[in-house]
Amino acid sequence: MPAKKPKVAVFKFASCDGCQLSLLDAEEHLLAVAGAVEIANFAEASRRMLKGPYDIGLVEGSITTPHDVERIREIRKSCRVLITIGACATAGGIQALRNWKDVKEFTRLVYASPEYISTLDRSMPVGSYVHVDFELRGCPINKLQLLEVVNAALNKRKPNIPAHSVCMECKLRGTVCVMVAKGIPCLGPVTQVGCGAICPAFDRGCYGCFGPMENPNPPALSTRMFELGKDRHDIMLLYRGFNAYAEAFRKESEAHEK
Amino acid sequence: MFIVELNDLQGLLTALQAGGFTVIGPTVKDGAITFDTLSSIEELPRGWSDVQEAGSYGIRHSEDDTLFSYNVGPHSWKKFLFPARLRLFSARKAGKAFEVDPVSPSAPPKYAFLGVRSCELAAIAIQDKIFMSGPYADKHYTALRKSACIIAVNCVHVGGTCFCASMGTGPRAKDGYDLVLTEIRTDDRHYFVAQMGSPLGKGLLQQVTHREADQKEREQVEKALKAAHDRMGRSLDTHNLPRLLEDNFESPRWEDVAKRCLSCANCTMVCPTCFCSTVEDVTDLSGEHAERWRRWDSCFTTDFTKVAGGNIRMSTRTRYRQWLTHKLCNWVEQFGTYGCVGCGRCITWCPVGIDITAEAAAIRETSMTTTNG
Repeated sequence: MPAKKPKVAVFKFASCDGCQLSLLDAEEHLLAVAGAVEIANFAEASRRMLKGPYDIGLVEGSITTPHDVERIREIRKSCRVLITIGACATAGGIQALRNWKDVKEFTRLVYASPEYISTLDRSMPVGSYVHVDFELRGCPINKLQLLEVVNAALNKRKPNIPAHSVCMECKLRGTVCVMVAKGIPCLGPVTQVGCGAICPAFDRGCYGCFGPMENPNPPALSTRMFELGKDRHDIMLLYRGFNAYAEAFRKESEAHEK
Repeated sequence: MFIVELNDLQGLLTALQAGGFTVIGPTVKDGAITFDTLSSIEELPRGWSDVQEAGSYGIRHSEDDTLFSYNVGPHSWKKFLFPARLRLFSARKAGKAFEVDPVSPSAPPKYAFLGVRSCELAAIAIQDKIFMSGPYADKHYTALRKSACIIAVNCVHVGGTCFCASMGTGPRAKDGYDLVLTEIRTDDRHYFVAQMGSPLGKGLLQQVTHREADQKEREQVEKALKAAHDRMGRSLDTHNLPRLLEDNFESPRWEDVAKRCLSCANCTMVCPTCFCSTVEDVTDLSGEHAERWRRWDSCFTTDFTKVAGGNIRMSTRTRYRQWLTHKLCNWVEQFGTYGCVGCGRCITWCPVGIDITAEAAAIRETSMTTTNG
């Protein structure tokens, strides 16, 4: 009799669905995934929803409402391994820009009856409410990295997900540094690798989609950005992206806010 | 010494190609002078020069139509001899154990490196020692290196971040080449002075139109190299250097540089002598098939020093210190030379312009010990 396949469930919070769609985007690997695991809950793929407990839970999205808080606690209880995927789930996402503003004012402006809106002041990563076993970064995540994490969990080995800078990936693929050779401001030196260093290969600076690298030093990078002609406002905006509320990026943008 | 006129230089490329070599050389790409496969001399950066300073690099049209009036760029030859990523082997599950897949013997590419500078010859010699000697010689490096042909070019122009004269590695190519060229451009002439370094080089030169250099042409080479030596962009005082660094292991300068250092690892990636790598094992989803890959690693990453029980180098201060003292102190004891060849890449390609020569000088200046004497 074949061994019981591990049950994998996908859950969504405040997010665009792009990260969980990476799983469907796995193309040539999709059949292998479907063969290796039982997809127990994946609303983007099937209406079939099996009850927990689950072996692996993939969580997308940030926690933004009181109901989210209750739900993530229940999900945590039902998953043996909980993996958060994407910048929303690992750092609060682009919607964390509201963390610097008055959310009540937004609801008054947007909704005819704001009293029906129940929301938290801040958009927060899943890890600030429950224990997370592994955080997979990126906006969106890299589908190959997602497969690697699932693969490692299934084969009980450490995932090969490095936490070093994007610069290393640029050098591995032979990309000429856009900051040194063209004076383009780039977050690569303070950002975690994972995307494959795409933007510098197309003459753009890194946008920091994978969040802060293992031991980032944004103040040192800002010193250089000033020399390249950027002002404090420019630098603040550079860090106010998809990972704006990740600690190292948050601190650096706040340092240049006023 | 022999003279090869500019118009006859293509003959050298043709001879290399006829010899089965893949010719790699400098060419303009992505706003820099990078290394790529060349099929013709026309692809060389003719009429280009570069401007290099700490944390900045740019190419400009030069005042003349020379082919080699620039210095080392973002790439180094190590990317060919010691590839950034390499599959070491693949294996399949066999019961509770695994079986390594048989490797089909295939000849490694036969590279001819055109335009190798003296600092790079020194770097290749260092990597040769690391990868090809002792009981654990690297068979991948050895195979590529043994079949490679090196056409060096003497530096008659020096860059803003060059300091090979301090490290005793240039600007003149001393050995380690098959053929070395010195490009001479005067008002009315444009030619190369060639010297052979091996039977392979001699054989190549025989296939190219050439003649014996006269006294004046020989002197021209000496004059150009002397001028390059005297115009060196930077210098590094190596007097008692290993001892100085040993004595200043707790210098406050390490903390100072740690505030500026991004720990991004660019310096180690561009360094032509840095040889560290890591191995990653990957499996397919079923766990039936596995592969082991080697990729460049750096002493600036946390994984690099992660050992059972913890991490031995958690701060940027200790990592930068490890890197600099390895290059300029411990390397001497380990390999008998400095690990730095003065190419200046780590200075140019550091996004924040940290300068190894300035850091070493600052430590010397603030040294409390007598090794400074």
